[in-house]
Amino acid sequence: MGNKIMAWVDARLPVTQAWEKHLSKYYAPKNFNFWYYFGSLAIFVLVNQLLTGIWLTMSYVPSAEAAFASVEYIMRDVEFGWLIRYMHSTGASMFFVVVYCHMFRALLYGSYKAPRELIWIFGMAIYLALMGEAFMGYLLPWGQMSYWGAQVIISLFGAIPVIGPDLQQWIRGDFLISGITLNRFFALHVVALPIVILGLVFLHILALHEVGSNNPDGIDIKKNKAPDGIPLDGIAFHPYYTVKDIVGLVVFLFVFCGIIFFFPEMGGFFLEHANFEPANGLKTPEHIAPVWYFGAFYSILRAITFEIGPIDSKLGGVIAMGGAIAILFVLPWLDRSPVRSWRYKGIISKTSIVVFAFVFILLTWLGTQPATEMYTLIAQICTLLYFAFFLLMPFYTRWEKTKPLPERVTG
Amino acid sequence: MKITILTIKALLLSLLFSPLALAAGGGYPLDRADVDPTDRASLQRGVRYFQNYCAGCHATGYQRYERVADDLGIPHDLMMDNLVFNKTAKIGDLMHNSMDPAEAKAWFGVTPPDLTLVSRVRGGPDWLYTYLRTFYEDPSRPYGVNNKVFPDVGMPHALLELQGIQIDTCQDTSPNERDPLTGEKVCGLSVDPQRKGSMTPAEFDQMVYDLVNYLAYSAEPVQEQRKQLGIYVFLFLAVFLVFAYLLKREYWKEVC
Repeated sequence: MGNKIMAWVDARLPVTQAWEKHLSKYYAPKNFNFWYYFGSLAIFVLVNQLLTGIWLTMSYVPSAEAAFASVEYIMRDVEFGWLIRYMHSTGASMFFVVVYCHMFRALLYGSYKAPRELIWIFGMAIYLALMGEAFMGYLLPWGQMSYWGAQVIISLFGAIPVIGPDLQQWIRGDFLISGITLNRFFALHVVALPIVILGLVFLHILALHEVGSNNPDGIDIKKNKAPDGIPLDGIAFHPYYTVKDIVGLVVFLFVFCGIIFFFPEMGGFFLEHANFEPANGLKTPEHIAPVWYFGAFYSILRAITFEIGPIDSKLGGVIAMGGAIAILFVLPWLDRSPVRSWRYKGIISKTSIVVFAFVFILLTWLGTQPATEMYTLIAQICTLLYFAFFLLMPFYTRWEKTKPLPERVTG
Repeated sequence: MKITILTIKALLLSLLFSPLALAAGGGYPLDRADVDPTDRASLQRGVRYFQNYCAGCHATGYQRYERVADDLGIPHDLMMDNLVFNKTAKIGDLMHNSMDPAEAKAWFGVTPPDLTLVSRVRGGPDWLYTYLRTFYEDPSRPYGVNNKVFPDVGMPHALLELQGIQIDTCQDTSPNERDPLTGEKVCGLSVDPQRKGSMTPAEFDQMVYDLVNYLAYSAEPVQEQRKQLGIYVFLFLAVFLVFAYLLKREYWKEVC
């Protein structure tokens, strides 16, 4: 009976074919390690954000007068509203944790290199959309940090020559951040950007399944196939990686639920203290800090404290920040190494990746702190190292001596 | 290069001794409140003090009378008779007050803020616990008092009749007692013996503790339930992990 129904459906829609192509006959390298959990975890967090987001929308009121109170209404009067809200706020931060780990994995094992450039580009587009999504979502609780954080970020567009001030006004829809801004951000956050992100995730996975997954050795498993055409080092994604990813998911849930149930504010890093105060356009907080996940780019923005020719420090900062994100897009063409994985790259590449990771974490932390003279100096050094990592990559990856690649994947 | 190493060193040090606690208090060292949301007696005293001494000016307008009564184990009729001063209010209403915000602004310079979430705004109860205990005499201020944690605050010392007036002995020029070992001045805030309040310092500290305990509760009424549920979730995850791992091991036996 079941078979008959499937045959009927398959004759009209390729369900079985899709299942096989993407799961039961998608052969992934068998040597995935810790870093390979974050792809499926990102999907999990995305679904979490979509579902909790839908439920939050049922009680949230997108207006300057009622937004803040409606969030507290969710926290107090809606059945398990507090849980839905904490799942959403924790999910936002954990999305970035997961995505940063996922991107770092690509960096370690050269997953962005040919033939996977498009996967990387789609991934970067997801990251960009995610930053927009997070930024607009952060305005919605209409707290002090929502308001002033948005004020700072939107004012960055004002640094653009000629069109800057008009552009700013166009984004806000008003002369200052107001209920109009809140309403349009709500529309973009709940409707427009989720559609964009879902579309990009679809393309990201489609492109991945076209060329196949990379692995920690960065070698091509399709070179060694059994007579039946299955890669010798490949195993079916389902059931092998589905059951393995469930274990990873449960471990992740320990962390995720630990935050939701025991540290929902995460010491002010996930839910900032100032955001428990309603937005007040007449009262600027002492210290405006972006949420931690924007910290690195905010640090780079602030690190440019000097003029460069006709470019003032504000525009310089905006260019540096934009450049720091833009340069990630061309990463596949900056890496000229004959090997993918850092396991077989030279000492300069290995050191660079470790230094880069340290620099990124430091910049992130600095972004959440007030800019003292010393912190600014450190941020400037880190900014220099950040760009050096990418701009020198074409040289050191080509010149350094690499190790010979193994024929088959190693454990 | 030397500068870099020094700055990195300094940075690591500052990471170790995170300045978060200090920053929140504007530099004045904060006393720890160690609030206990399970101490119902303390919370009940807290809401009584709040309604009597604070609610005239400060609303807790995101919270409902009914929720407070139910969470704190106060029967509805007792709540309505003794703790709800707005006689048109119903038990399910939000805890607003009758002060006109425009008039309040004229009287105090700022409208007294809603205090439902104040404990979270201040990054925890310690700030409040210290703030409410560090009003001291300062004739240069409109209400004759200033505050150590929140300098030049617009709020009068609402608990003056209970605490009495404190004097900052560090500011007076008369010879202070000196520490025999370090030679530093021994000074700080202390209640003027001539102008004591109706409570001893220990009683007053307990009273402020109860008040802060209540405000910490009101900032997040669900916190006890949240932690309890969290434990069950962890227990479930622990069991789930065992089975998930066994399933994975079973399948992966075949993978060599």
